Amino acid sequence: MRDVAIVAFAQTDHLRRTDELSEVEMLMPVLHQVLDATGLRTSDIGFTCSGSSDYLAGRAFSFTMALDGVGAHPPISESHVEMDGAWALYEAWVKIQTGEADTALVYAYGKSSPGQVRDVLTRQLDPYYTAPLWPDSVALAALQAQALIDAGDTDEAALAAVATRSRTDASDNPHAQLSGAVPAGDYLVQPLRTGDCPPIGDGAAAVVLAAGDTARALCARPAWIRGIDHRIEAHGLGVRELTESPSTRLAAERAGVFERPVDTAELHAPFSSQEVVLRKALGLGDEVRVNPSGGALAANPVMAAGLIRLGEAAARIHRGESDRALAHATSGPCLQQNLVAVLEGESAHA
Amino acid sequence: MPDVLSAPLVVEFPFTRSLGPVQSAFLTGLRERTVLGVRTCDGKILVPPVEYDPVTAEEIRDLVEVAATGTVTTWAWNPHPRRDQPLDTPFAWVLVRLDGADTALLHVLDAPGPDAVRTGMRVRVRWAESRTGAITDIACFEPYEGEPGRAAPHDGEFADPVTGIVTPARLDYTYSPGRAQSAYLEALAGRRVVGERCPSCRKVYVPPRGACPTCGVATTERVEVGPRGTVTTFCVVNIKAKNLDIEVPYVYAHIALDGADLALHARIGGIPYDQVRMGLRVEPVWTEGSRHPDHYRPTGEPDADYDAYKELL
Repeated sequence: MRDVAIVAFAQTDHLRRTDELSEVEMLMPVLHQVLDATGLRTSDIGFTCSGSSDYLAGRAFSFTMALDGVGAHPPISESHVEMDGAWALYEAWVKIQTGEADTALVYAYGKSSPGQVRDVLTRQLDPYYTAPLWPDSVALAALQAQALIDAGDTDEAALAAVATRSRTDASDNPHAQLSGAVPAGDYLVQPLRTGDCPPIGDGAAAVVLAAGDTARALCARPAWIRGIDHRIEAHGLGVRELTESPSTRLAAERAGVFERPVDTAELHAPFSSQEVVLRKALGLGDEVRVNPSGGALAANPVMAAGLIRLGEAAARIHRGESDRALAHATSGPCLQQNLVAVLEGESAHA
Repeated sequence: MPDVLSAPLVVEFPFTRSLGPVQSAFLTGLRERTVLGVRTCDGKILVPPVEYDPVTAEEIRDLVEVAATGTVTTWAWNPHPRRDQPLDTPFAWVLVRLDGADTALLHVLDAPGPDAVRTGMRVRVRWAESRTGAITDIACFEPYEGEPGRAAPHDGEFADPVTGIVTPARLDYTYSPGRAQSAYLEALAGRRVVGERCPSCRKVYVPPRGACPTCGVATTERVEVGPRGTVTTFCVVNIKAKNLDIEVPYVYAHIALDGADLALHARIGGIPYDQVRMGLRVEPVWTEGSRHPDHYRPTGEPDADYDAYKELL
């Protein structure tokens, strides 16, 4: 296996609306930031991979428009995933492992403001038995939350505390959409209140990956990806035990999470109740700093929020605030798909 | 800077899907007020049924009829029903394990309020009056206090089975094209064409999308181009498009507007289709009340030299 690290990370401010910006206009500043941070030019990048969704944009092949922002002419080596950019990062990591590239630019973006994201996300559901009922994303998360409450894993007060901790932490994150004292609010879908649910907003993020000595040359303290894995569970919600996340647990095992303690965990839990599931699956105790960025409860640009977890974890390592961090991303209803990575600073590995 | 434009954008699609043997039996069964499950390799009964065992991935076809009564395994109260959801009054989302089944079905429960719903409560299917072979043939669940039903063998055979479904979907957006394209569209309304110049390679892009695809930097300097231009290449369209009132054959062309470094495309009119040629000089024709030129027509100027536009092909 090659040593591969995240060497740069940038994200936009996450905002409720960005009508004045097209997707590529929103994306370009973060692309420039990660390139400037590494001193790389577009022509130096070995592989480019992105994550986004046509259903957010309401247009077919919307990602091809965003490609203008990376300078795709003359032709570059490029790929796209129709899901969160964390999976684009995984593809780029594989590409570097094959030896076909030494550096990769990974970006993701999502504008939820043009449509109704709760309804849009119903279109990722099974089209025979589920999608015709239009169960929106909050409703599905609420079913999972009630199952957790019934199982005695949490209660509404504990869920509110997760939301409060996240948004208090987000006060130190200038990119966050929600921070500070956010009221618990009314039930959106009981038992979830507005405070338990992520803000709806627009945003983008980008990272640069590099292998071995290239990474060391580009970054003072690279965030080495010591392990990365992703797993999926059955699509049918009634087949799954919603209070557990065996896919997260398995991905974490394969990524090597349990070999040594982590000090930080960036968990992609758009709903407060999902943090409860993930903490249990990952065996995280109170000694682990969870979502110091504020997490997806403070900013949830759909399709970028998972990549941002990897970026935030890496940035803490870059800054010397973490030696061994776990980063998690999810996709699909009720934590159906989960990606887990372990990131380490150089000294921790020695 | 002009105001950013926005407009409603509706995406509608009626997906037509064929059903495999298991899904066909299940949905046909709903039409006949019969709920079918499928038995997995280790004897579990899955409702709704699937064609492959979730554990072993083996093909499974052993259908079983389960009861139309069951138990709520989890629920969530929805105070504000959204368009297209099964009930238009407040309701509970529920996962229901039907009597005889080992897994739960997602649907909705008609109940007076959240206090009337709990995990473990007994419910039964309320059938839709008009049934077509779809999950919505179950109108909803309703509270039920009677005896639990039981599973029974079923051959999955029905007269006139449902073999396909149409799943309509509609999503509503308010589309904003962003700064660069708004400026382009605003200029078009005044019958002018504007592009944007890349600060790095100096190329002028039209229509501008805010970024130079070669340099990957923002294009910001607005440049008026055309309105006259040169046909760089073209094709003859022989098939009439649905809802398009244009006689065939007609010519669709790439047109390099004067001052632009990228050709845009448009229909050519005002000249027989078989006389359109590379190098033809053309100008836009606007119709009343339309933002975009309807088509381009010959200006009558001599044809442009090939060397003048060969880089824009």
